[in-house]
Amino acid sequence: MSAAAHSVVEPTPASKRIAGAIIILYAVVSMVPLFWIIATSFKTPPDSIAYPPKLVFTPSIEGYCNLFTTRTRQTAEYIASLPPPENFCDEVTRKRNMVIAGPSNFLPRFVNSLIIAFGSTFCAVFLGTLAAYGFSRFKVPLADDLLFFILSTRMMPPIAVAIPIYLMYRELGLSDTALGMILLYTAVNVSLAVWLLKGFIDEIPREYEEAAMIDGYTRLQAFRKVVLPQATTGIAATAIFCLIFAWNEYAFAALLTSGTAQTAPPFIPTIIGEGGQDWPAVAAGTTIFLVPILVFTILLRKQLLRGITFGAVRK
Amino acid sequence: MSDILLSGVSKVFGDTQAVADLDLHIGDGEFVVLLGPTGAGKTTTLRLVAGLEKPDGGSIRIGGRDATTLEPAARDVAFVFQQYSLYPHLSVYDNLAFPLRSPARRMPEDQIGRRVEEVARMVRIHHKLANRSTRLSGGEMQRVAIGRALVRRPSIYLMDEPLSSLDAKLRGELRLELKRIQAELGATVLYVTHDQTEAMTMADRIGILAEGRLVQIGTPRAIYTEPANLHVAAKLGQPVINLMPVGLLPATVVPPGTQTIGARTEHLTIAQAEDGHADGVVDWIEHLGDQNHLHLTVKDRKLITLADADTPLRKGDPVTIRLRNPLFFDGGGNRIGGETQ
Repeated sequence: MSAAAHSVVEPTPASKRIAGAIIILYAVVSMVPLFWIIATSFKTPPDSIAYPPKLVFTPSIEGYCNLFTTRTRQTAEYIASLPPPENFCDEVTRKRNMVIAGPSNFLPRFVNSLIIAFGSTFCAVFLGTLAAYGFSRFKVPLADDLLFFILSTRMMPPIAVAIPIYLMYRELGLSDTALGMILLYTAVNVSLAVWLLKGFIDEIPREYEEAAMIDGYTRLQAFRKVVLPQATTGIAATAIFCLIFAWNEYAFAALLTSGTAQTAPPFIPTIIGEGGQDWPAVAAGTTIFLVPILVFTILLRKQLLRGITFGAVRK
Repeated sequence: MSDILLSGVSKVFGDTQAVADLDLHIGDGEFVVLLGPTGAGKTTTLRLVAGLEKPDGGSIRIGGRDATTLEPAARDVAFVFQQYSLYPHLSVYDNLAFPLRSPARRMPEDQIGRRVEEVARMVRIHHKLANRSTRLSGGEMQRVAIGRALVRRPSIYLMDEPLSSLDAKLRGELRLELKRIQAELGATVLYVTHDQTEAMTMADRIGILAEGRLVQIGTPRAIYTEPANLHVAAKLGQPVINLMPVGLLPATVVPPGTQTIGARTEHLTIAQAEDGHADGVVDWIEHLGDQNHLHLTVKDRKLITLADADTPLRKGDPVTIRLRNPLFFDGGGNRIGGETQ
């Protein structure tokens, strides 16, 4: 046991503690903004702009009320003439001399984000898997050049082509459509998907498919039964990277969507304008916006870890 | 069961001639071993029969049917790979059931269950059916791989060094089991290896490949005692055959044209030199337990031969060495009188 304590593979308790402390410090630094956003979302508007900032406060869901509703200012007499408030949101709105006029656009924008981000991720990963398999297993003419071409689409910031895409989309009638955004994000992500997945599929020995093909399966069936199950970690990791890009993308969304297909990122900042600096509502929107990625990442965290470290440890 | 007939098969990869004009017939129920060094074309031959490669020339017939361009799935062959032989995402049971569940067969599940049980017993992996295939030892994995080949009852078994990744003890055990199973089923097997013990012990016939060509094919005995050329002679026998120029040792009759004499242990008579007339000196004795490797120096040449465990010879002893019906090879390396196979 004393030998193990000094071996290269087994870190000493002291070094473990130091490593742990560094990780905790880094985690705290990275998570403070997140906690601040979540905390702000539960503050009242006066608390959210209080100086010095309030670390201890009475939680309120006013921000969430404001996020999901639009409100109009009314006279005190009119508000007094109304029947008693039905719920907390009604009550808190009336205290600010306002009444709820109707639902806000946040929910449809959020649904747009879900459709566009998950739709484009599915398309990018689907196309990427097939292309990566092709490049990995077949003699594709000019394979290296094609792969380089695919990679080269990532060599400039996508926003550099914003103007041509804007004009193209206007001509094609794709502006402000979910389809247009899905196509755009798929096009940006597919190169990442091809390269990442090719790495994963290259590491799956061909013998497995050959065995399946001798066992009575066609190549496509062998791909589905033998290659896909073994590529799941790679596919999951790729899907997370694609999803994070499509989910967070702001510039194209702000440029190409304004109405029916608008996603959450360009919508959330517009909340600020409605009735003063409503930081709790913005924070509430951001908090809800974080949830899908958080859930998706937690569900696939093992694969993500493997995806980040892939290539580091093999065989 | 059926036979395999390769006629004039050749295959080129880039500028490498992997298989050149290969003619080979494997009879029904026969166990044929292809023996040769890396790059001799053994694996390519197997892959051609399996349909994983398409030949550039020649034809392949399986069970009398032309299979030259058939898809692997349509050939009714089973293949045991050297490694990566099990699907890592499936359990042992599912690995064994995998060929039976193929769309080409669509066997009902209860029938699959019975077949898998039966084969699992045969390869003695019955107690591990529920295990993940990655949780098995190397020997167990290869047992399952062999079981997966057996489960469909194909007409031909193709095996590509199935035992080479195992340790010596397991290799010995599985060698026996494989031979037992083959005999039980009367299976037609084409087996590739570079291990001469496997070849000698399991094969009905051994085919020696070199640079994509079939140099010689015959029973293990024939290949050993009547090698066609120096290459084949060097392939079999432990220790490796001693090759020497004519005249190094006093020989009785040397046929005309002889360039090289090949002598294995059984071709050498060694005795302690008594009257000061010695042919060589004992250089070193390697003790193997049941026998010894005797290293001799004759002029500037080294010879290696076997000696009994209780040999009286000691290091430095002068010895007389006599040749007894050795093998004679001409300038081209072919054995003189070795035309017959």
